[in-house]
Order: sequence, then C-alpha cells, then structure tokens
Amino acid sequence: MKYWRVPLDSNDIAVSRGMVVIVEERCKGCGYCIAFCPRNVLELSPRYNVKGYHPPLVKKPDDCVNCHYCETICPDFAIYSLEIPGD
Amino acid sequence: MEKNKIRSDHPLDAMLRTDRIPHIWCPGCGIGTAFSACMVAMQASGINLDKTVMVSGIGCSGRGAGYTRLDSYHTTHGRAIPFASGMKLANPELNVVVFSGDGDLFAIGGNHFIHAARRNMDITVICVNNLIYGMTGGQAAATTPCLAKTTTTPLGNPDPPFSLPLLAFASGATYVARWTILHTRDLTKSIEEALNRRGFSFIEVLAPCPTGYGRKNKERSLDTLKIYQERTVIKNGAHPMDAVMDFGNSITLGKFVDHDRPTFSDNYDRTCRPHFA
Repeated sequence: MKYWRVPLDSNDIAVSRGMVVIVEERCKGCGYCIAFCPRNVLELSPRYNVKGYHPPLVKKPDDCVNCHYCETICPDFAIYSLEIPGD
Repeated sequence: MEKNKIRSDHPLDAMLRTDRIPHIWCPGCGIGTAFSACMVAMQASGINLDKTVMVSGIGCSGRGAGYTRLDSYHTTHGRAIPFASGMKLANPELNVVVFSGDGDLFAIGGNHFIHAARRNMDITVICVNNLIYGMTGGQAAATTPCLAKTTTTPLGNPDPPFSLPLLAFASGATYVARWTILHTRDLTKSIEEALNRRGFSFIEVLAPCPTGYGRKNKERSLDTLKIYQERTVIKNGAHPMDAVMDFGNSITLGKFVDHDRPTFSDNYDRTCRPHFA
C-alpha cells in the first residue's frame, strides 16, 4: 500500500498478518485474486491443476495482511486467508 | 472418484453443497462471487438459517439454489418470485431470498417482479445482471446495452435496455441498490441490510459473462472488472432516475431507495380480515 505521507501513528498500529490457503482443485484460473490483491501477494502459477487451469501461487507470503479480499472475490470458493496471531 | 477426495476447510463450506462444487459457472463468470457474497451476508446477518429459503428461476444464476445447503427451490422459468411470494404467505416466519438472473426476473418474469414490488411482498430479490441470456447461448436480453453485439444482434443491439433500479423503484420496491461483483464488501453489507428489513428489497449485481457477452464484444472478464473499477461512481441516496449505466462513460452504484411502507400482509390483514390482525 502506498501512502502519500507516513501516518503519524504508523509505529503504534499493529498490522494483522495472514496466510493464504489455495484450494487448487477448485480453481478455474480467472485471475481475479491475482489482479485485485491490494498487496500483490499472488501470481499465476506455471503449474496446472487437475482441470488444466493455472491456479494462483503465493509470491510474497509475508505481505498478506489478512484482508480477505481474495476470499470474497473468488467465484469458485478456491482461496481463503487465515489470521496468523500476532505476538 | 477423484472428486470425492477433495477436502477443504473453506469458511463457506458449511453453507455449500460441497459435493456439487466445482460449480458449472465458466471461468471468470461473476455469478460465483455474487453467490458467495450472498452466503457471507446470510451468515453475518444473524437470521435463522433454518428458516431461510433460497428460490431461483432458470438460467446460469438460477443454478444458485442448487449449491446452497439451505432449503432451496429451483423453480420454473421466470416464476421464482411467485413461488417465493406463495412460500412467504403460507409461512410468514420464513426469510425468503430470490437469487436469479436478469433474463429470468425481468424478461419472462417481468410481470411477476413489478407486481410483487407493487404489493410490497416481504422478500429479498438479488438479481445477477450479466447483460445477456448466458445459458441459452448469448442472445440479446431485456438488459443488453444498446449497440452491444450478441448472437441474435450481430450488428449491435438496436434497443435500449431496462434500467433495473428505476423499474424497481417505479413499481414500488422499498429498498433498491446496485453494486458490481468488484464491490464485494458494499454488496455483502447491502444484502445483509436487505435480509434484516421488511418489505420488497431489490439488489442488482452487475457481473461479467465472459462466454456469452465478453466473447462477442471483445471484453475479457478482467477487462470488465477494470471497467467496474475505473468507471463506477458510488452515489448513495441518488434518485434511481439518475442511476446511469453507460459502460463507456460512467456507471452509478449505491443504495438508491430505502423507505418503509406497509407490506402485502399488513394491507391484506387490515382490509380483508381485521379481526385476525
């Protein structure tokens, strides 16, 4: 995410962290999660799933903030994210 | 055999008939997203899911009823709203949700829609508008934009489309909203709101149809979503008359109407059986 200025309280805000789980067999390769992830966490995998589509691949697992957007936009119930508890 | 081995812990699995997933909707089709927003809203709204019914008509969106683990009805073509009205009147405790497409609700079922809205039946109608008859092969529908190419209008559609929010408002719906599948959070919130209120609620969801509409009009599903991202303007409270849908210029989204008036049952009880009310 780009800021036009750094928020004054950016050091105090705890950013949640997430883990993306991909159900590869369900994916139909529409690419919505890849195109609209606000942190660009995903990319297209070169591999094929059982139906011959390219599922997404987690490119930058550390950048996921568990916003669940991939989960809500996926038309095939093939991706979701889980919160990693902070310390 | 392979299919039965698929296991997942997707948060929506409890709401789905997982043995039927993957569904029949094409790659890039927006109905799945609208359906998932509907399921999330039902879960979040706190309504009693044992007393919630989903009714669908015929068409791609009509398959929705077959994928939810709720009580659901896949009805005859265009008759989703009459089935839903009957169900609501026979058992007023039920939350009745109609999930269907633009062709089913506004072409063959157009009359049922306007009269249910006029009477203010206490149901929630979610219309997935993909601008075309998808399942039958991409023919021009009542919602196909002017000049759009379809299998039945190879030179471009000469007719103007319905403005669904305006039609719903003019017929008497008490809640009218329009969102796209890109605006999943607003859409989910809107469906949740509609489920928790009385009266006829109508939500139009714009969704791409890459196979029927996109292929003829050289528009991939990701291009459609880019159009949704760049050209939509959210104007909550705007008059449905000002809810334009011009894909080359601007598309108005938002919650346009939200007011209360007596429902069908209220009026009926008051007039026809005052000693029951």
